[in-house]
Amino acid sequence: MQIPPQSQRREFTCDVLIVGGGTAGTMAALTAAANGADVLLLEKAHVRHSGALAMGMDGVNNAVVPGKATPEDYVADITLANDGIVNQRTIYETATRGFGMVQRLEGYGVKFEKDEHNEYAVRKVHRSGSYVLPMPEGRDVKKVLYRTLRARHVRSRVTIENRIMPVRVLTVDGRAVGAVGFDTRSGEFVTISAGAVILAAGACGRLGLPASGYLYGTYENPTNAGDGYAMAYHAGAELSGIECFQINPLIKDYNGPACAYVANPFGGYTVNADGNRFVDCDYWSGQMMAEVKRELDSARGPIYLKLSHLPDATINQIEGILHTTERPTRGTFHEGRGHDYRTRDIEMHVSEIGLCSGHSASGVWVDEHAATTVPGLYAAGDMACVPHNYMIGAFVYGDIAGEHASGFAASAGRPALPADQIQAAHELIYRPLSHPDGPPQPQVEYKLRRFVNDYLQPPKTERYLTLGLEAFGRMSREIAGMGARTPHELMRCAEVTFIRDCAEMAARASLARTESRWGLYHQRADWPEQDDANWFRHLNLRRSRAAGAGETGEMETLTRPVAPYIVPVPGFTRPDGVPDVPAPTGADLTAVWG
Amino acid sequence: MAQASNRVDVPVTIDESKCIDGCTLCVDMCPLDSLAIHPETGKAYMHVDECWYCGPCAARCPVDAVTVDIPFLLR
Repeated sequence: MQIPPQSQRREFTCDVLIVGGGTAGTMAALTAAANGADVLLLEKAHVRHSGALAMGMDGVNNAVVPGKATPEDYVADITLANDGIVNQRTIYETATRGFGMVQRLEGYGVKFEKDEHNEYAVRKVHRSGSYVLPMPEGRDVKKVLYRTLRARHVRSRVTIENRIMPVRVLTVDGRAVGAVGFDTRSGEFVTISAGAVILAAGACGRLGLPASGYLYGTYENPTNAGDGYAMAYHAGAELSGIECFQINPLIKDYNGPACAYVANPFGGYTVNADGNRFVDCDYWSGQMMAEVKRELDSARGPIYLKLSHLPDATINQIEGILHTTERPTRGTFHEGRGHDYRTRDIEMHVSEIGLCSGHSASGVWVDEHAATTVPGLYAAGDMACVPHNYMIGAFVYGDIAGEHASGFAASAGRPALPADQIQAAHELIYRPLSHPDGPPQPQVEYKLRRFVNDYLQPPKTERYLTLGLEAFGRMSREIAGMGARTPHELMRCAEVTFIRDCAEMAARASLARTESRWGLYHQRADWPEQDDANWFRHLNLRRSRAAGAGETGEMETLTRPVAPYIVPVPGFTRPDGVPDVPAPTGADLTAVWG
Repeated sequence: MAQASNRVDVPVTIDESKCIDGCTLCVDMCPLDSLAIHPETGKAYMHVDECWYCGPCAARCPVDAVTVDIPFLLR
């Protein structure tokens, strides 16, 4: 294809621009539309099968259902799982609004498991509370959401554009005013003028290279390449907890969940090669991952998800869930190897590293209104730093972002879009076409992500992280020389720039936090102890604001204190001694919780 | 730069005898946009080896023409 001139472009105008039509993005669109906003929802795949739930979800990991658990239980559990470094106000929103969200989703037609008394069949996987709610028909979740988005009364307010990928958020005087991107099929240049922007672009799942060496064989949907992290960063937003990597225990090679959350309630559990249990709680945390890694590296490895002791009927039930929802090719994988849950336990390993606040804590810094540090810019879902937020948290924060972004947009002006930023984004998108014989994306990406494995995988050290930074610096130049010939290749090339940005952020944040914390997620071999005196703080990262730093400015890190807790955490004493404050009260809360 | 063309084993295969002319459902649904309609045959095919073995292509095909295998490196 030819490089289109900047003047030849498709222009959109909207109140609320949403980048990403996955879990958080669809909910944000529904709420913003209900608030009267004109919404533009951009999705680089197709909204019907996009994001982390592309094929469905087997259950809710974090529903606080009245009578089964309390918001206080949940907030305390998540605080403990994050070694105390959380803004409890953000988690409290997920805790208090989650049940309303389950009911809203039921209203749309999503089915959740209920017992014989028609009560939600909540299961216990976390350390103390019960928040896991199976979705036996979870394969339909995207179908239901898409149908809701296409309903007549919503359709008039929500424009969906599939196969359009933004690469940069535009800002004027520090406020988000739109975005620039392109059509990944036609290559057409696209600009959007918006009153407010919501980034809901998912995890950075394509950061580490899976052990298989297959670029797209990642735990997360590989379309989620850290687009949102990079866009928020370049727009000037702060990111937080980037050093708290996502690493998960998965089916070896298949690289999908095993999945203890599904199998636990049926009697399945994780064992070492001697057949002994070695974790006392199957809830995914950095601590659990450290225990998994220790076992794998010992003479007691490998480790397995043990199901073979269960009766046939139970295994049929487990297969019914695991092989039809979320990752339905799990059955194909086992069949190909000639393995059967009835006779053979499932070999597990640890995943490549990624950034994902849905599972750990790496994300764009947001408050309880989903607002980033850039006015008019909101973030929700896996890419927003609300620790362990999972699917319900993504829905809740999509809803919150939709509400607050539409409110912001209602009184925001629509300044002329900044020509210099449009020019820079145009260059970023189409650069590979000007030297089509440059190294192709698969080779460049493989090399970049191999360096991520070599230098960023825990245990981390200053020497390795520094070598990593050096490698990512070299990769900047190689990425600038990457060649492409088609719009599809341009999409993959732009994604490689996002991955590189995330790799640099991961290295810099990991270097800055000179202690070990969150088990395996931030294990520093050269700083093996947790240092509460100096590091009971959030570590944030942003583009330098030094004069003239611009788009190529250095990354800088800063710390923020942990806000006073609003929920007491039994068995945990804040090392900084900051006293708790009362939890907020409001109409929303009393409506559900009385 | 010298160009080489390497043959790869792709995970998604289409039974061309079943694939309906003019239908683009699998192409529309693939999150990675890895499927396309071949300009000569008019049938769907995997144009790049980029696959999350997630399955919407097979699930949405009205005539069961799409098979998703596990990518060779993982199989």
